[in-house]
Amino acid sequence: MNAVHTAVGHSFERLDAAEKVTGEARYVDDLYRPGMLHGAVLGSTHAHARIRAYSLEAAFTIPGVAAIVTGEDFQVPRAGAFCKDEVPLARGKTIYLGEPVAAIAANDPEIAWRAARAIEINYEPLPSVLSIDEALAGDAPLVHEDLAKYVKIAPSFSQGNVLWQCRVEEGDIGSAWAQCDVVVEDVFETAAQHHMYMEPCGALAEVDRSGRLTIWSSCQSVHLVQQRVAESLAIPMGRIRALAPKIGGGFGGKGGLHVQHLAAALALKTGRPVKMVLSRVEDFEMVRSRHPARIVMKTGARRDGKLFAREASILLDGGAYADESPAVLSFAVLMARGPYRIAHLRSRGSVVYTNKLKASAFRGFGNPQVTFAGESQIDQIAKKLGIHPVELRLLNAVDAGDRWAGGQTLPACGLRECLTRLRGAVEAAPPLPSAAPQRHRGIGYSAFSHISGLLSTACNIYLRSDGSVAVNTGVVDIGQGSDTVLTQICADALMLTPDRISFASPDSDSSPWNWKTAASRVTYMAGRVVLAASIEVRDKILRQAAEIMECAVEDLEIRPGGVVGLKGVGGQSIGFGQIASHAISRLGGPIMGASSLLFDGERMDPKRALVEGFAFGNIGAYTFGAQAVEAEVDEVTGAVRVLRVWSAHDVGRAINPRMVEGQIQGGFVQGMGYALTEEMQWDESGRLTNPTLMDYKVPTALDAPLEINPIIVEHAEPSGPFGAKGVGEPGLIGAAASIGNAIANATRKRVYRLPMTPERVLDALIGKSG
Amino acid sequence: MTDALDVTLMINGERRALRVAPFETLLTSLRDRLGLTAAKRGCNQGVCGACSVLIDGRPARACLSVTANCVDQEITTVEGLSAPLELSPLQDAMVRAGAIQCGFCTPGMLIALTALLHESPHPTRDDIRTAISSNICRCTGYQKIVEAVADMLDASAA
Repeated sequence: MNAVHTAVGHSFERLDAAEKVTGEARYVDDLYRPGMLHGAVLGSTHAHARIRAYSLEAAFTIPGVAAIVTGEDFQVPRAGAFCKDEVPLARGKTIYLGEPVAAIAANDPEIAWRAARAIEINYEPLPSVLSIDEALAGDAPLVHEDLAKYVKIAPSFSQGNVLWQCRVEEGDIGSAWAQCDVVVEDVFETAAQHHMYMEPCGALAEVDRSGRLTIWSSCQSVHLVQQRVAESLAIPMGRIRALAPKIGGGFGGKGGLHVQHLAAALALKTGRPVKMVLSRVEDFEMVRSRHPARIVMKTGARRDGKLFAREASILLDGGAYADESPAVLSFAVLMARGPYRIAHLRSRGSVVYTNKLKASAFRGFGNPQVTFAGESQIDQIAKKLGIHPVELRLLNAVDAGDRWAGGQTLPACGLRECLTRLRGAVEAAPPLPSAAPQRHRGIGYSAFSHISGLLSTACNIYLRSDGSVAVNTGVVDIGQGSDTVLTQICADALMLTPDRISFASPDSDSSPWNWKTAASRVTYMAGRVVLAASIEVRDKILRQAAEIMECAVEDLEIRPGGVVGLKGVGGQSIGFGQIASHAISRLGGPIMGASSLLFDGERMDPKRALVEGFAFGNIGAYTFGAQAVEAEVDEVTGAVRVLRVWSAHDVGRAINPRMVEGQIQGGFVQGMGYALTEEMQWDESGRLTNPTLMDYKVPTALDAPLEINPIIVEHAEPSGPFGAKGVGEPGLIGAAASIGNAIANATRKRVYRLPMTPERVLDALIGKSG
Repeated sequence: MTDALDVTLMINGERRALRVAPFETLLTSLRDRLGLTAAKRGCNQGVCGACSVLIDGRPARACLSVTANCVDQEITTVEGLSAPLELSPLQDAMVRAGAIQCGFCTPGMLIALTALLHESPHPTRDDIRTAISSNICRCTGYQKIVEAVADMLDASAA
């Protein structure tokens, strides 16, 4: 099956498929070390409270307890990626209910769990803020009194409970509205979604005699684990080795630390290996969520359907710590225009602290929220103007050569083809058998964009003496299949079958830096460095072969299967193994290639746009998509059923088409959960009321649509490896908007709040505001 | 473990003797005592299905099954679904259809599907969806899992 030489464009089976179907694949909880202790975490019982005292005696009397750490054990500077506000365990006060306040290591997981609950903490409750409005009230208690003093990586415009503010403006929004024939303005609200990766967060930390840590963890980057554990515990990075076993999904939730630093602290304290795996309830309560948002969106168009002005005011509930909130906010602000030519734009946002679980990166990264608002309004305008929703989008779609909000030029754009092929697929689909009388069917559309170029990554490649190839990138495959895709890129460049290539398991000791598996960036970013390093190896192979064969490099060619021969002369050839051996023992040294890259796309243009408070540097390699959903609404129960989906995505080039389909289908179903059922809910004391899979509803096989039809569009990205861009997030981004538009198309009523539960749909049907 | 019980289990056709606490779950016994880690602890509350095993041929949640109650029953885990270095037709179908992403739900899915095919060798797509409806997958959207089984059955019928 995996036996073609032109590897790119073929649906290779994933490299780890056999170990996953036989149960041999090892995730962190499947690892056991001699003398290993088990860790447990104690969460706080107050949303906001001063910690007066700890009493550890009762816990220590339980046989088998080896060590306990509390916030008092960490007199270290605050840490964080964008705003340094976090401590390893609550110190001085706790600022959300469930926040880790103590951690314990014991002989047995059950003893550790029981002993953690025997720790007594004396709290002095403080008034809390549990919503955006409470946080912004004039006399609101402050979640972080020292916010002004915290180190931030960019201007943040912080004040009170406002962690960060950001804006992008273009054109002249003030005078634009008067020139619009149609204007719609609404408030959209979205909920906190939990990542609900199947594998709960966990880490195993071990310390050697020199005090050096080895940390295996469920993570999205070994390098960030190394960097952030070092920062969190104030120890040198060189004293930490971070490794990744198989990862059971991440979706952004494992992009920062969860318990790695706590397992490490307990290993350092006991000198023994410590495995700490969160229970599902703890994982809900302690890790991170998607940002709840309130978005005031206003869009105006001319009578002919030309979109003319858009204004977005975005408020995000960031929870108790900053984590990646500044970047999520910035991205939401940047994406609020949508993939359209709109001359006049004002997009502004704030993210506020509240006494709840921190919100952070989650597949889509602020884009699903603004796309729900923006794409709902595109449909509203289409309806008001009597233009088909796909036609209105085509009238305004960006093209290659156009600029994104902020002024970057788009080098490639397949949005028009996505829209036209989507329309064709929907029109060609055979109608379903008719619906029951109380059920109304409709089709809803959305269009969206995302990025895949961001931050930095590197790769090295080495040719072994048997002609096989070692690829090392530091990229963690979190389940999406990047090991396979990156192997295909190397295989194609060197005309080898993938079985001749080994893909190194990421290891912070030996793998070159990679930021993380996030932002749909791995195929594009890591693919670029794998290709560049492969080409360097190829060039060195040819030079070495020219020495051996005593001819000019120009006369040689690489042939399939690891062979170099004279152009046009069939028989004359030598193998990669012979070439590598010659290099190793006679001339020049081992054949290696290396490449490192910081995303190098066109920057924002300050002459074209006012940009303030942006939390990251250069981003880009924009991707495009359009989606159609056929849904059925039950007018009696308010229940919405998604029947069929068509989802068209411009991925530049599909390196592995079946894996692209898997991302689109899986992304859509996760987005359907976001649209219809998933909502983390907190009570008035700040307690998460639904931290189990019984109460927090993710879609099952019976909820998923009968068909999700992926449509792959390929407009080559000039800078991408073989033209490829990313597709990890886009399947989710439009889902809530497409489903909301399908509900509106079926019932003529619109739901402005996610998730669109039966209650909210019924409220909309009977005219109560959502 | 003052009240420890000595039990003998029949797992994947082999007799395994072990000493367990009276309320120890089968999932803990399999993973922590016997080194059979294919069954995963996804929620430990019987909802996600990642810990599924066959007990006397029927799918069961290992996280809700008490080991001491499993004496005299045939337990099958994913480790027992194929011979070493081989894949069963179902496993092979999952690989070929791209039905696997992170793989954490995969053992439970295989158990649910094995039970389905044992009970009903020619299931419809709806039967397949129903059979895996108490196993959560967060990566694939389920479609390629259903297609894997359907394609395998189509191929064997052809």
